[in-house]
Amino acid sequence: MSNASHLAAIGLAASSGPAPTKIRVKGLTKKHGALTVLDGINVEIPDGTFCCVVGPSGCGKTTLLRILAGLDEPTGGSAEIVRSSDLPLNSVVFQGDSVFPWMTVFENASYGLRMRGTPVSHIKEVVGHFLDCTGLTRFASHYPHQLSGGMRQRVSIARAFANDAEVLLMDEPFSALDEQNKTILQEELLRIWEQHRKTVLFITHSVDEAVTMGDLIILMSAQPGRIKTMIDVPLERPRNVLELRHNHEYGEIVYRIWGHLREEVAHPGLRGTRRS
Amino acid sequence: MSAIDKTTVGIRPQRTARPAGKARPWQERLLGIASPVALLVLWEIAARTSLIDTRFFPAPSSIFDAMLKMLHSGELERNTWATMHRLIFGFVAGGVPGLALGILMGVYRPIRIAVEPLIAATYPIPKSAILPLILLIFGLGESSKIVMVAIGAFYPIAMNTTAGVREISGIYFDVGKNFGAGRWNTFRTIALPGALPFIMTGAKLGAGLSLILIAIAEMMGAKRGLGYMIWSSWETFDVEQMYAGLFVIALIGFLITIAFDELERRVIPWKGTK
Repeated sequence: MSNASHLAAIGLAASSGPAPTKIRVKGLTKKHGALTVLDGINVEIPDGTFCCVVGPSGCGKTTLLRILAGLDEPTGGSAEIVRSSDLPLNSVVFQGDSVFPWMTVFENASYGLRMRGTPVSHIKEVVGHFLDCTGLTRFASHYPHQLSGGMRQRVSIARAFANDAEVLLMDEPFSALDEQNKTILQEELLRIWEQHRKTVLFITHSVDEAVTMGDLIILMSAQPGRIKTMIDVPLERPRNVLELRHNHEYGEIVYRIWGHLREEVAHPGLRGTRRS
Repeated sequence: MSAIDKTTVGIRPQRTARPAGKARPWQERLLGIASPVALLVLWEIAARTSLIDTRFFPAPSSIFDAMLKMLHSGELERNTWATMHRLIFGFVAGGVPGLALGILMGVYRPIRIAVEPLIAATYPIPKSAILPLILLIFGLGESSKIVMVAIGAFYPIAMNTTAGVREISGIYFDVGKNFGAGRWNTFRTIALPGALPFIMTGAKLGAGLSLILIAIAEMMGAKRGLGYMIWSSWETFDVEQMYAGLFVIALIGFLITIAFDELERRVIPWKGTK
């Protein structure tokens, strides 16, 4: 496993020396009875990286996220987010409907700040900003049942950003949306993310989405869940989701990942962590 | 006409047969008022023509007279207020602990495992059968009446609250944990509001049971209340007064239902009208 060269690559891309490690996973193993969900995961993600985790269902990508979020305990090894401030370590954008039906859009988006007892004036300012970014300002006093699925997921994203955590963990946030909404929300997410460029771990089963969003892609294989390979995405930022699809380099990276996936399906026995 | 309409034809022929949906509200409302009025008129006629025994079924007009008389003497008001007072205090005294225990049981598995058998064992005991014991412990005064109401409110509210909390999707508790909601905030912002639809159902059931129990409790060693009024009219064979008491109890039950429906609309604005 050659994380060092990874760090160097990302560091060079940012042209400001190697970024410090933000997420450190060491020998992470998770077992559910006889089933090994995660088998010895080792990875270091540099600060400020938009990191996508791609893999077939059952490869343990959601479990990896839940352990990082502190919602699940590992069976062995460790997964830590390196603390660098007093802010919360992470905010999760959950898969599926996770906004509270009994709270208005504003109450939902301000949830994290309210739980920390942030002064009301600051809450109004921060939440107002992110509701603005997600186009939700008009719906601030609406309840989720009055919104479409795409709007509800925007609330979830606004809630995570407004919480101002050190790392954002996103668990297939757009998987339940239709194609148009997915594209629009990808663009919005990239635009909001550009403002602060905090470290993101973004789980997806879509190769296109991973290449569109990420700086670094972790490709996982299933049963047991292992890292198959890691792929750098040196596409320039800020990115335009629609233009990217005509980008030659984009197509090549997608093609390369599909090669790995094909290998995975054809030779499921050949596993291990290799660099592409 | 859509396919959906066609599939409902067999189930609700009267709906699809109606030409325009506009005609329904006042006609149906009229029907809803007309049927009880028609019954009262029939009852009045039957009583006046001696078709029915007026010793047991006095004419509605004479029941109304008796009510007016009791209103003038202040008797009806005093007894109604005594019952309402016990209902309100008892409902709060039983409902609040029921709500608290219900939430604790819903959130904490060990508490649920410890308490559930106690509830399962005591719930099936007819509450009316406990009355002698309650009278023994709390005496003939107000407290025994309030305790009976409290018992009636406690069980449905505790059981429904537990069910309500357990129905809340686990993802909301994950969100709470991830966004730093402590124990108290988890109760306040997730468990309580999430269980509210179930809690309201429990409160309605509890109010109904409370009304039954207060009527029974007031028949034993009470000096005031609608139950006492009904019982004493049996002793004096004042059947009109007995019916007046029954009418007021029915009215209270009806008003409680309306009040809770209104309350539900206000505290659960997020349920929507689907």
